[in-house]
Amino acid sequence: MSDIAHPRFRAATEEPPLARWALIGIAALGLGLLVFAPLIVVFAEALAQGWLAAVKSLGNRDALAAIRLTLTIAAISVPLNAAFGIAAAWFITKFDFRGKAFLITLIDLPFSVSPVVAGLCIVLMFGANSWAGGWLVANGYPIVFALPGIALATMFVTLPFVARELIPVMIEQGRAEEEAALTLGASGFRTFWTVTLPNIRWALLYGVLLCNARAMGEFGAVAVVSGKIRGQTATMPITIEMLYNEYLSVAAFSLAAVLTLLALVTLLLKTALEIRHADQLASSRRH
Amino acid sequence: MHIQIDEISKQFGATAALHPVSLAIPSGALVALLGPSGSGKTTLLRILGGLEFPTSGRVLFDGQDATGLTVQARRAGFVFQSYALFRHMTVFENIAYGLKARPRASRPPKAEIARRVQKLLDLIQLPGIGARYPGQLSGGQRQRVALARALAIEPRMLLLDEPFGALDAKVRKELRQGLRDIHDETGLTTVFVTHDQDEAMELADLVVVMSMGRIEQIGKPADIRARPATQFVRDFISA
Repeated sequence: MSDIAHPRFRAATEEPPLARWALIGIAALGLGLLVFAPLIVVFAEALAQGWLAAVKSLGNRDALAAIRLTLTIAAISVPLNAAFGIAAAWFITKFDFRGKAFLITLIDLPFSVSPVVAGLCIVLMFGANSWAGGWLVANGYPIVFALPGIALATMFVTLPFVARELIPVMIEQGRAEEEAALTLGASGFRTFWTVTLPNIRWALLYGVLLCNARAMGEFGAVAVVSGKIRGQTATMPITIEMLYNEYLSVAAFSLAAVLTLLALVTLLLKTALEIRHADQLASSRRH
Repeated sequence: MHIQIDEISKQFGATAALHPVSLAIPSGALVALLGPSGSGKTTLLRILGGLEFPTSGRVLFDGQDATGLTVQARRAGFVFQSYALFRHMTVFENIAYGLKARPRASRPPKAEIARRVQKLLDLIQLPGIGARYPGQLSGGQRQRVALARALAIEPRMLLLDEPFGALDAKVRKELRQGLRDIHDETGLTTVFVTHDQDEAMELADLVVVMSMGRIEQIGKPADIRARPATQFVRDFISA
């Protein structure tokens, strides 16, 4: 049998080897240049003068304040935006009403508006010279150049993430399971907790992680509203920029490395959860 | 339970899904709503189940007005077209769902729930699948689990939307008999929607032929075959 030459057929969707390797090469090069190289540079620069220098720069009072502020902002804006995202996605996918397309566009608005413009709008609305801002400042609740303003700016910029992840998943799943729960006697609230939420949990988690990463990394909108008061309203990205402009590159890159690590931790968390719940993932059609 | 549908109509925006229709379903009957897609049969079924509310007209259960009754209060066992099993729950949890959703006062204790679920699994002849997820079942098994889940709430009636639509021909024949058996055993008033005239004629005591939101004919299968009332019925049952 071995003397019969078997012609080698290629699957219809398979590209010739040259094209395949060229495409893989371009993808690898792009990933390497745009993702891995900067990552390596951040850590290399942070450790340029050794571990001690890097750790010492992070022990600085302002750096610690920046880390604390960034984590606080994320802890405020992510849960609020998750709640908003679930509510919006639920409303859009489970009910028919006029102006639905308009509402979806409105949710996407923060993606298309420049964060700097968003920041300026908050300053114009709540700044000390505005009607609302003047009253708030007079009563001891300043918004701009303070934590509420930074939280507002961050929430505006990260508003679409959760809703965007949930809407397609909830459209695909339809309403049948919810209707089934209702016919079985469950209340609307119970239906939401026991049927809707478990069905969207992976999309929700993914949306929350994206939202969190963006909330911690947001620069433009926050830069406008924060006033960049060192140790008070300077978040991590803003502190990094200030340190870099002052030629304190070890301090700047050390803080940048911490910010990067926070992002990597969220990614690892997601992967760990996926591995741990692999059986449930396999039993549902989508994740 | 005796069901009376009294001049029910349903508008979706500008289109009429149901023109006023009236129908009496005797207690314990097995009734087929037969018609092509767009005939209004599913809308009528959903109105009975409380998932849709009529634009005008009344629904009476045992002579009592049930038109405004909420979906939960109707206690209708509903089997959905693609079964709508809760995909993140095991078969056991799916069937137990309705019992666990009851208010605390009328909720059976855990052991009682487990016993009832097992009894239902025996009834649908799948005693050993309680721990599996819906994604691990065949189409026929899913349909039977959906039936068991609907029966678990001790419904006052059974409503099925194209219960055999997603199955291949052989399984379909088997499950037809299965539904007949379960109906005879429980004695529940049962209404199912189908576009398959063989299915309707073979299974139902009473067939309601529908077209364009109107009822064309109501009768026993043999009568409809022997004396189709309109040209539409003649064409549809001979197709």
